[in-house]
Amino acid sequence: MRYLPLTDHDRKQMLDAIGAKSVDDLFRDVPAEARLPGPIPSLPPHRGEMEVERHMAALAAKNLAADAAPFFCGAGAYRHHVPAAVDQLLLRGEFLTSYTPYQPEVSQGTLQFLFEFQTQVALLTGMDVANASMYDGSTAAAEAVAMAARLTRRGKAVLSGGLHPHYREVIKTHAALGAFEAAALPPSILNAENPVHSIDDATACVVMQNPDVFGQAQDLSPLAEACHAKGALLIVVVTEAVSLGLLPSPGGMGADIVVGEGQSLGNGLNFGGPYLGLFATRGTYLRQMPGRLCGMTGDVDGRRGFVLTLATREQHIRREKATSNICTSSVLCALGFSMHLTLLGEDGFRKLAALNHARACAAAGILEKIPGVTLLNKSFFNEFTLDLGRPAAPVVEALAQKKILAGVPFARLDPGHAPATNLLLLAFTELTRDEDIERLAAALAVEIAS
Amino acid sequence: MSGMIQEEPLIFERSADGRSGVDLPAPPPHAPRLGQLKPRADIGLPNLSEPEMVRHYTRLSRQNFGIDSVFYPLGSCTMKHNPRLNEKTARLPGFADIHPLQPVSTVQGALEAMEQLSGWLLTLTGMAAVTLTPAAGAHGEFCGMSAIKAALTARGEARGKVLVPESAHGTNPATAAALGFEVVAIPARADGRVDASDVAQRLDENTAAIMLTNPNTCGLFEGDTCAIAAAVHEAGAYFYGDGANYNALVGRVRPADLGMDVMHINLHKTFSTPHGGGGPGSGPVVFSERLAAFVPVPYVTRAGERLALVEDDDAARKDGVTSLGRLRAFHGQMGMFVRALTYMLSHGGDGLYQVSGDAVLNANYILARLKDVMSAPYPGPCMHEALFDDTFLKDTGVTTLDIAKALLDAGFHPMTMYFPLVAPGAFLIEPTETESRETLDEFIEALRDLAAKARAGEKDWFAGAPYSTPRRRLDEVRAARNPVLRWKKGA
Repeated sequence: MRYLPLTDHDRKQMLDAIGAKSVDDLFRDVPAEARLPGPIPSLPPHRGEMEVERHMAALAAKNLAADAAPFFCGAGAYRHHVPAAVDQLLLRGEFLTSYTPYQPEVSQGTLQFLFEFQTQVALLTGMDVANASMYDGSTAAAEAVAMAARLTRRGKAVLSGGLHPHYREVIKTHAALGAFEAAALPPSILNAENPVHSIDDATACVVMQNPDVFGQAQDLSPLAEACHAKGALLIVVVTEAVSLGLLPSPGGMGADIVVGEGQSLGNGLNFGGPYLGLFATRGTYLRQMPGRLCGMTGDVDGRRGFVLTLATREQHIRREKATSNICTSSVLCALGFSMHLTLLGEDGFRKLAALNHARACAAAGILEKIPGVTLLNKSFFNEFTLDLGRPAAPVVEALAQKKILAGVPFARLDPGHAPATNLLLLAFTELTRDEDIERLAAALAVEIAS
Repeated sequence: MSGMIQEEPLIFERSADGRSGVDLPAPPPHAPRLGQLKPRADIGLPNLSEPEMVRHYTRLSRQNFGIDSVFYPLGSCTMKHNPRLNEKTARLPGFADIHPLQPVSTVQGALEAMEQLSGWLLTLTGMAAVTLTPAAGAHGEFCGMSAIKAALTARGEARGKVLVPESAHGTNPATAAALGFEVVAIPARADGRVDASDVAQRLDENTAAIMLTNPNTCGLFEGDTCAIAAAVHEAGAYFYGDGANYNALVGRVRPADLGMDVMHINLHKTFSTPHGGGGPGSGPVVFSERLAAFVPVPYVTRAGERLALVEDDDAARKDGVTSLGRLRAFHGQMGMFVRALTYMLSHGGDGLYQVSGDAVLNANYILARLKDVMSAPYPGPCMHEALFDDTFLKDTGVTTLDIAKALLDAGFHPMTMYFPLVAPGAFLIEPTETESRETLDEFIEALRDLAAKARAGEKDWFAGAPYSTPRRRLDEVRAARNPVLRWKKGA
């Protein structure tokens, strides 16, 4: 077996050195009735690279990959162009095959890029500090709510109706199982809601997404002021990190905690994971943050170096008193994010964001002219919502049969909300071509007219 | 540093206006549709060209140890070889370039891969149900303990107590606390194991569960496990198995046969997906019949030829499942599923049987060859990791940390140190099955040499180690007292 270096000769000599008769003898503490006599017969035997590769390729071939179709899906996962250098460097074994950097003398590579990543995330979000990543945007949001509850000593979270329904459900799961309450406002496009009215003395935080799940972008400054006046914190969720290159930063609008999905930079769609959660906050809230933090220090020779720090918040030190149970997070995905952003730089990142907005503007101009189709957004970044005047899911399915991946029916995200059945979310990025938009518009017009 | 390893500034210190690592087309003219919002002002990101960026990260990588370059026997972390075929299959566009919310008719192969991975996990563990959705081990713990809480709620009970052995990983008590449980510690016997009678004494009608890692964090099999399971079930509680150490059992012992009700599995340990410097991981959870009806959404179902996803609680209810809810956006760590399935297919049932056998053999070989010069608190056999304490360093002035730092100079990543706490100054060594006998011998000789140096009174030399690494010992107190967590212009 190609991954196992021991030979039968090695095994025999090692058993002799141990003084054991057989490998099975080493398992003698396991109750005999729980020890299998040999390999599980219903599992296939080991296979070579060629056979395994064929098996996996056959499975992959059954899927319609985004590069093989005009593609407009978003709703929390976005298809962007990742420069070739990013993936090439991610495959370096020193990054790929290292553990959490507990031994800083031999982990400066990981620690330095985490320090750079933390700085990049703080800059993008407009906050003082950021951590070294969470699992994804949705779990980061749930952790942010728990953190707000600790900071305010209040137990209720108000969730905007513009919050991605998966994020809402994740927060509600944590609330139901933990010790806080999550009050979700109904899904709301056109900014019909005013979360301020839902804030009371027990409210720890208001959770807003910007742009929201419908793609609507808004100024959250007045809401931030209203939250602070009532002693509540404002948590801002960003699911499209590229939007931070064009829209005002959440920190600049008064957010107390900013969480986000970082997949858009440096990470592919991967059918939903692995992704990376961004988590940033004010410096004064540092000690209630979840997750790992990398800090700058020096070594005994006086050279600059980096270490994991403030670990007294974490489970491996504080056990049941930790700020979170998180251990492994998404460091390699964070490296991809950081590398991509390094290649883009200030100018490239802003240009990328402008390009995304321009593609969406071009598409909006074409799609809103289709008879029977209404563009609902007053504003957007690279994603918007169409009302098709008929259920969106069958339309998307029909277009998929024509090899067009025509966005995400809102009902897929939130089947419990009947009024939204006709809504279709569509995203556009730098990868969207004019001919893609034209094919979508033509097919959509035919389908709506049928 | 010089020669092979170069100093590398921060990206912010390499920036120059006018440089860029991308050539993007200019946005076509358009009337912005940002509503009332004004485009943001400067962000402050650095500008680098591609050659500088490539050199930056290449140089950083060279300041890291990884399994590819060195033996990395971190106890409890299962740092086994990460096969490159896994990386290749995970990058097939049919897996890497599909959206989680595409119509399910266009992702049947992805759902089939998830179904196949689920099938392997169920067969290997003997359990009744599986969820793939948790993002890592601790997230899997949260999932498993949530299922227990949901099951208790369904029974109309609000049990508030969870038993956790003192030697458990920190994530166990942290998870229980996050779900509002009170944590009750269980001591270990003199032989390093939990005693069934100690558990029985602490069980009552308010006990929700026991969280037991088996093999435990001392690398020992909990021999009372079946008696513990019986007592826990008798008391109406549940048996949570922490699968962090599943590599010792895979393909050879099925957790269902040990009486477990639920166990998380770290694909980034047992099933070889890369650790990546601290993630991403993946933490599927398997359930017994007692908990199978409480799995989270989403999950894959099959109707004849067609695979589907059950994505919300209402749909789950129609399917007979009282879902504990949703634990993350989308479906799970697909990239890790593809890697793990590739690994399972490569090994097959016979290879996995050999995996646990060789992992345990390697650990016992290290234990046998070092116990005369180091101090093993428990006699063998051990399972997949060998534990030593610092008794052998008594009166030498040398600490466990010193030995670990000196190992860096010898070209080895240290073992896990000072954990578990039950062994003073612990050294927890997990070699895994992917190390050759020659590597183990080199490591053993290096440790024997260090033990001899410690006895020879070379404590000053130890205190200065490491000498040859990109950085020497770092000032962690300064980092915590005066946290500098980001770069600032001019700071």
